[in-house]
Amino acid sequence: MAATALHLHSDLAGRYESNPATRESAWVKWTVIGVSLTFFALFILLPLFIVFYEALRKGWEAYLVALVEPDALSSIKLTLLAAAISVPLNLVFGIAAAWAIAKFEFRGKSFLITLIDLPFSISPVVAGLIYVLVFGRTGWLGPWFIENDMRIVFAVPGIILATIFVTFPFIARELIPLMEAQGRDEEEASTVLGASGWQTFWYVTLPNIKWALLYGVILCNARAMGEFGAVSVVSGHIRGETNTMPLHIEIVYNEYKFSAAFAVASLLAILALVTLVLKTFIEWRATQTLKRSKT
Amino acid sequence: MTPNAGQLKKSLRRSLSVLALCFAGSALAQTSILNVSYDVSRELYKDINPAFVAAWKKQGGGDLTVNQSHGGSSKQAMSVAAGLDADVITMNQSPDIDILVERGGLVVADWRKQFPHNAAPYTTTSIFLVRKGNPKQIKDWDDLARPGVGVIVPNPKTSGNGRYTYLAAWGYALDKTGNEAGAKDFVKRLFANVPVLDGGGRGATTTFTQRDIGDVLVTFENEANLIAQEFGADKFDVVYPSLTIEAEAPVAVVQKVAAKRGTEKVAKAYLDFLFSPAGQEIIAKHDFRPRDPAVLKKYAAKFPKVKTFTVDQKLGGWAAVQKAHFADGALYDQIIVLKK
Repeated sequence: MAATALHLHSDLAGRYESNPATRESAWVKWTVIGVSLTFFALFILLPLFIVFYEALRKGWEAYLVALVEPDALSSIKLTLLAAAISVPLNLVFGIAAAWAIAKFEFRGKSFLITLIDLPFSISPVVAGLIYVLVFGRTGWLGPWFIENDMRIVFAVPGIILATIFVTFPFIARELIPLMEAQGRDEEEASTVLGASGWQTFWYVTLPNIKWALLYGVILCNARAMGEFGAVSVVSGHIRGETNTMPLHIEIVYNEYKFSAAFAVASLLAILALVTLVLKTFIEWRATQTLKRSKT
Repeated sequence: MTPNAGQLKKSLRRSLSVLALCFAGSALAQTSILNVSYDVSRELYKDINPAFVAAWKKQGGGDLTVNQSHGGSSKQAMSVAAGLDADVITMNQSPDIDILVERGGLVVADWRKQFPHNAAPYTTTSIFLVRKGNPKQIKDWDDLARPGVGVIVPNPKTSGNGRYTYLAAWGYALDKTGNEAGAKDFVKRLFANVPVLDGGGRGATTTFTQRDIGDVLVTFENEANLIAQEFGADKFDVVYPSLTIEAEAPVAVVQKVAAKRGTEKVAKAYLDFLFSPAGQEIIAKHDFRPRDPAVLKKYAAKFPKVKTFTVDQKLGGWAAVQKAHFADGALYDQIIVLKK
């Protein structure tokens, strides 16, 4: 289980502490806890607090006005649309890829794993430029699309493509270690008992990976909504049309409307916090399931 | 090709364009034009657009939406070259329009002759903004090249604002030292004082005003006045140097895009509006120097007389400047490398 990034609460810590041989002295323990908490407060809690403080500095009314302004609304819509399209696509792809990699042996497997990791190692700006080079006016496929009155880059499809690209690895990466650790014994048993391929998937594989899958979806969604670099390159920054929330925040900030910028930023932060709560809940549920399966 | 295959292709194309329509959404429901512009013109066009939309409707042109896109001017020009569907382009320096002539003939070659005043509805000039009371006693370009002065300028490679600053300093030094070597040395010392090169004019403003970096911001007159309005006149002082550059802000119809979208007429009317008295009035209100003498006279108090030169007068035109200064490995690159 240790291979998965999904953090499952175990009682190992308690065991270390109750045993004098592995217990650290009190000052070590409190220094380490103190250092990490101070760091956390300074670098994470404080900025988060400032976002909300700045957002509400001119009062609730200004806050709401900033959020319902047409350009802001359109950016919120576009962000949600990009996430709503890219997450399901990556979900299907992620399961398929993880299934293929964890349960089968084939030539080029490690190459496929490398490919899945590619968006992690490529700078988002480069990811955006790739799409401009392919679908731009002078790009490979761009002239054909423009000829047929279709817009890819500097329009909504480009933004969705860029979002898919940068969020591509999250779900597969989350599933592969778990599925590899689980092996294929249960699937084999199910096949021997006469289940079809689909049945095996629905009744055996999917329930086994469901928490890791949800976890991956949440990470994927968080990144899809927050992506700036790649989307910025392909957006064209047309107000009210091709600005996502992160882009809108930058624009409004550059127009000296600091409270408005922080208002939209706080909304993005709230979305992130909701994600965080969901993630914690899923971890808790996964731990519960794990405990139950052990007893 | 058999008729069947032709039909298939047609229906495929149709369904694809329906898909594209879905994506484009409401944008196609009514006439819209897109004005791709540089970084610090956003407040101006926010006022120009509704005024033009009203005037257009009055003329019987129907409902219209004017969309805006802003960023560092050269970056914006590259986006248009790469396929951003701008009907009109409103820039702050000619090279950013010339590049659209060179790349795919998006703009007609004689775009300067399509509108009066070299197709530039207004000018502005590069001036200094210093911290209140001018603690470092910054009066002229010489003070910017002094050791220990932090100068904030946007990147001349990506921003017209930065490019004009660079050329203004160059022109000043050329007059002072009388030769290119002297000018190069002077500009090199000036850019050695630049701690951050932001991508666009607005980024440089934020660096200077919000992050409190540097002693002097060199930017356009209109931007300096806007900063004074936004942050209060008690924080900054405006300083006019003894000699500076006249920055013409050229505009053009992106012919190829407009022809394709059927917006040539409205795009031309939009740019014509900038030269009309009503447009000039809005321009003056936003601290850009209008071309119309009557409007300029009306707002004379806003625009102190300052000695300026143009790129054509002193530096042999944009094409020469582009080649000598901003091409890869040219003077600007040499100066930036020497700085390190």
